[in-house]
Amino acid sequence: MSESRLYGAVAEFQTPEDLLEAARAMRQRGFTHMDACTPFPVHGINEALGIRRSPLGWLALVAGCAGCAGALLLQWWTGAVSYPLAIGGKPLFAFEPSIPITFEATVLLAAFATVAGMLALNGLPRLYHPLFQHQRFQRVTDDAFALVVEASDPKFHATETPALLRNLGAADAQLVEEGD
Amino acid sequence: MADLAIRQPIPLDPPLVEGNRTYADITNDVARLTERKPPRAWYIAIAISGTFALILLGMLTHLVATGIGVWGNNQPVGWAWDITDFVFWVGIGHAGTLISAILFLFRQRWRTSINRAAEAMTIFAVICAGIFPLFHTGRPWRAYWLFPLPNFDLNMWQNFRSPLMWDVFAVSTYFTVSLMFWYVGLIPDLATMRDRAATPWRQRIFGALSLGWRGSARHWNHYEKAYLILAGLSTPLVLSVHSIVSFDFAVSVVPGWHTTIFPPYFVAGAIFSGFAMVITLMILVRKVYKIEHLLTMNHLENMCKVLLATGCIVSYSYAVEFFTAFFSGNPYERFVFVNRVAGPYAWAIWTMFACNVFVPQLFWFKRFRRSVPAMLAISILVNVGMWFERFNIIVTSLHRDYLPSSWGYFIPTWVDVLTFAGSIGLFLTLFLLFMRFLPAVAMSEVKGVLPVPAKAVRQ
Repeated sequence: MSESRLYGAVAEFQTPEDLLEAARAMRQRGFTHMDACTPFPVHGINEALGIRRSPLGWLALVAGCAGCAGALLLQWWTGAVSYPLAIGGKPLFAFEPSIPITFEATVLLAAFATVAGMLALNGLPRLYHPLFQHQRFQRVTDDAFALVVEASDPKFHATETPALLRNLGAADAQLVEEGD
Repeated sequence: MADLAIRQPIPLDPPLVEGNRTYADITNDVARLTERKPPRAWYIAIAISGTFALILLGMLTHLVATGIGVWGNNQPVGWAWDITDFVFWVGIGHAGTLISAILFLFRQRWRTSINRAAEAMTIFAVICAGIFPLFHTGRPWRAYWLFPLPNFDLNMWQNFRSPLMWDVFAVSTYFTVSLMFWYVGLIPDLATMRDRAATPWRQRIFGALSLGWRGSARHWNHYEKAYLILAGLSTPLVLSVHSIVSFDFAVSVVPGWHTTIFPPYFVAGAIFSGFAMVITLMILVRKVYKIEHLLTMNHLENMCKVLLATGCIVSYSYAVEFFTAFFSGNPYERFVFVNRVAGPYAWAIWTMFACNVFVPQLFWFKRFRRSVPAMLAISILVNVGMWFERFNIIVTSLHRDYLPSSWGYFIPTWVDVLTFAGSIGLFLTLFLLFMRFLPAVAMSEVKGVLPVPAKAVRQ
C-alpha cells in the first residue's frame, strides 16, 4: 500500500468576484502553480492566474490554408491531369468554378483543427483527474468557484496553504490527493 | 482579445433571465427536464411524430425497392417535391447557425437561452434535407461516388465544375461543422449532467460524453477561443451554403432560374423560414416544459423582429425578380413570371405572397409580437409560404420552358406527399429526443448572463 501523493489544495468560493480577488492575492504572494475551476468562464481569471492566450487561432489558420491548397490541387489534378473531361468548351481548370469547393474545404479543415486542437491543448478526453476525487468538486460545474493550488508549487504548504485560502474568504479549503 | 472579454454590460432592463434565478436554479431548471419523467404531452407528441418517421422509412424502402418513378417528377418537371423539400429543410437549418454564430459575433446576449435548441434544430433539419437528394440519385448505396475517393468501379473523377458537386461539399461541410460546433457547446453542460447524475449509468454516459471536462480556467481559455473561431468560420459558411444551393438553379439556363439575385435571396429566405421554425418550436417547448422564465417573451419578440426584417428582404427580392424579368426584355424570362402569377400554378404563388409578404407585416405591431397564438399562427404560415416559394421556383420554371410542345403539369404522387410528411415526423422525433436526453438550454452560457450576480448576498 503506497502512500498517495498530494495533488494540491482546493478552495471553494461563492462568487466569481471572490474567486478573482483570492486568485490575485495568491499570485501576489508568489504562488504560480494555480488553476481555477468554474461553471462558466470568469473574465479576468487569465490575467489573475497568468494564463497565456490560446494559440488556437494559428492552428486554425494553418489548417485552413492546407484545406484551401489541398482543394485547389485536388480540383486541378483530377480535372486537368488525371481525367480531363471536356464539357461545353470550358477550360479543364479555372479558378472561378473552383471557388465554392475550395472555400468549403478551407472551412472544414480549419474547423476540424480548431476542435481537435482545443481538445488536445486541454488534454481531453481524459478519464481521470485527481480533482474528481474531491467530494465537493461536483459543484464547480453547478454554482461553485474553485481555486486550485497545486502541490508542485514551490510555495505550497500542506497546512498553511489551506489556512491562507480560508483567510482569503474561501467557504471551504481542502487537500486533494493524487490517487492511483 | 485574449478571451471573449469584450464584455458588454449585461442588460438589466429587461433582464435576459426572469425571476431572480441563482446559478443553482439554472442548473436545476434545465437539468431537471432530462432527469424527470417528461410531461404527458411529450409522449403524445413523440407517438405522433414517431409514426410519421416510420412512414418516412416505409416510403424510402418503397422507393428503393421500386425505383424513383414512385415520385411524381418526370419530364418536363424533373425536379419537383424532392428538391423543394431539400431546399426547404436546408433553409430551416440556417436560423440555428445564425443564432449560434452570427448573433454571437454581434454580442447579442439574448441568444444564450435559445442557441442550444436552435443548433439542434439545424442538425436535424440538415439530416432531413440530406435524405432527399440522396434518394433522388436513385441508388443511394452509390452515394460515395459523390466524394473524391479513389474507386475502382468508376475509374473516373467527379466533375468539380458542376454546381451539384459544390452542393455536396457545401451541405456536408455545413453538417459536419454544425455538429462540431453544437458538441463543443455541449461539453461543459454534459459535465454538469455528469456531476449531478443520480444513477451510475447516467454518470458513465455523461462522463464519457463530457470527455473529462472540469471547467478549469485553462480549459475555458482554449474553449472560448475555439468557440470564437468556430463562430467566425460558421458565419461565412452558412451564407455560402444557401448561396451554393441557389447556384444549382442560377448556374443553369432555365428561365426563372438564371438570375443573379438568387444567392442573397435564398440566404434571406433561409433565415426567414428558419426563424419561423425556431419560433414555432420555442413556443411549444416553453409551454410544455414550463420554462417561460428562461425563454422569455422578450426572446420571442426579438425573433419576431428578425422574422419581420428578413420577411421584408424576401419581399424585396420577389419584387426585384419581377422587375428584372420585365427589364431584361427577354421574352422567355417575362413569360415565366407572367405564367407564375396567372398560369396554372397561380394558386401556389398567391399562397406564397400571402404567407411571406403580407402575413409577417403584422409584426410591425407590438400586440402581435407579444401574443403567443399570433406568433404561432404566423410562424407556421411563414413556413408554409417558404415551402411554396421553393415549389414555385422549381416547378413553375420547369413546367413550361422554351418549347410549348413539351409543356406539362406536375402532380405529386402519394409517395411524394407521405415522404415529405414523414420527414417532418423525423425532424420532430429527433427534436423531442434531444429535449428528453440533453440539456436543451446552454446552462454555462445562461449563467454568464444572469442579471443579478447570483448568491451575491454573502453571509
